[in-house]
Amino acid sequence: MSSADSNEKPSGTSVSTTSRTVLTGSDIERVLTRIAYEIIEANKGTQDLILLGIPTRGYPLARRIAQRIAATDPQLDADALVGQLDVTMYRDDLRHGTSRTPSPTRIPGASIDGKVVVLVDDVLYSGRTIRAALDALADLGRPRIVRLAVLVDRGHRELPIRADHVGKNLPTATSEKVRVHLQETDAVDGERVNEVVIEGAA
Amino acid sequence: MKHLLSTHDLSREDAVRILDTAEQMAAVGTREIKKLPALRGRTVVNLFYEDSTRTRISFEAAAKRLSADVINFAAKGSSVSKGESLKDTAQTLEAIGADAVVLRHWASGAPARLAATDWINAAVVNAGDGTHEHPTQALLDAFTLRRHWSRVRGIESTGADLDGMRVVIVGDVLHSRVARSNLWLLRTLGAEVTLVAPPTLLPVGADAWPCAISFDLDETLSTGPDAVMMLRVQAERMNAAFFPSVAEYSRRWGFDDVRLAALDEHGFEHTAILHPGPMNRGFEISSGAADSKRALVLEQVANGVSVRMAVLYLLLSGDN
Repeated sequence: MSSADSNEKPSGTSVSTTSRTVLTGSDIERVLTRIAYEIIEANKGTQDLILLGIPTRGYPLARRIAQRIAATDPQLDADALVGQLDVTMYRDDLRHGTSRTPSPTRIPGASIDGKVVVLVDDVLYSGRTIRAALDALADLGRPRIVRLAVLVDRGHRELPIRADHVGKNLPTATSEKVRVHLQETDAVDGERVNEVVIEGAA
Repeated sequence: MKHLLSTHDLSREDAVRILDTAEQMAAVGTREIKKLPALRGRTVVNLFYEDSTRTRISFEAAAKRLSADVINFAAKGSSVSKGESLKDTAQTLEAIGADAVVLRHWASGAPARLAATDWINAAVVNAGDGTHEHPTQALLDAFTLRRHWSRVRGIESTGADLDGMRVVIVGDVLHSRVARSNLWLLRTLGAEVTLVAPPTLLPVGADAWPCAISFDLDETLSTGPDAVMMLRVQAERMNAAFFPSVAEYSRRWGFDDVRLAALDEHGFEHTAILHPGPMNRGFEISSGAADSKRALVLEQVANGVSVRMAVLYLLLSGDN
């Protein structure tokens, strides 16, 4: 789930919100390094590995993880590991809210057939985005294994879906919002930042 | 956006959004499984009161690639020939449960009428009404031009507009809904437009349009435009003598082999040729020009499906 979606559930109209930082920039770096090694370990190497980021913030996270994986093996090119998977057209809420403009889907290499695909997203919440991603993958080919890596798991699942690699488990209330800011996509007060923030009504 | 009736009231933001969405739809067309589940369970009716090949096929392919159910309705062979009114037909479609109606009609304003009344709740897409507008044709032309212009400028086409592009529209402007829709949309996207036509085939009031008007095709071509759009001479709408003969029209306003060679001589390598089809070969465009490397006619047809997918998707998704 891209973090724009984590705001879907209304949290009231209160203007006085409290916000606390749960992951700083260096926390995110450490967490991504751990996930990169977990992925290599689970896969027993980097054979047939592909990382597909879900827009918007899953993609920069997938790139960062790929750079760490590529750093373990001089033969590997990080760019050849990463792609982007757009799930807009597979969502189950297309009839509601504002209509969404789809993002590009880019697959590294010729196809995903027989590959080990690791889906990467920023926040795992209801699980509906991942369900859409699994449908989108099925239209692109038949991977050997599909795994899921997320920066934050905030709970409140609505579908039988779980992550294989979790950066941080964050117990939250549904009234709270989890915001992920990455320097590739976000600026706060004009400054590029890396952080995970929980906002909740005071 | 609830309906797509004209390009005149389309904002730059909405236009770029449709083209960007079409860019992703085009990518789906290159996959092995060329189908998306976005409009599963929705019904799209193609309601055609006028003959059409490519527009109807294109809308049908677009709706099917988005998994919608498609009902094709041609006025010929239907109850319309028994005198059924547009209102009764629309209410029949409402009762069937149509989510979108793609309407081609000989009367200018028929889609706007359908959208403004409470005869039907469906989204209305204008697929050409009389001599008024043909917005999806303009959008597919803009999509084709944007890809061409982005290639020339060496930039990514997604998100781009047509800023600074010089486009010439040639021919039967008087009867052409394509010319009108294109003019409004190209201006919105930042292109400069020049209309070239015989004085008899320009509508009254065209001098107030936001474009240059010329009566000399060779002079206009010698300025090295980025694209030339040839319009079909609409013989079926001509109830008077607008020009002396086919040969004279062809000589003065047609894109023939001599004009094609002149472009090469001048070294205008980027000038593209477009035609909305169906082409009258040897009349407004020669076979040499239509089949040349400059011609983007087949790209236009392929892009038509992507653009119509984008329009149907954007109209039928989200709360309206």
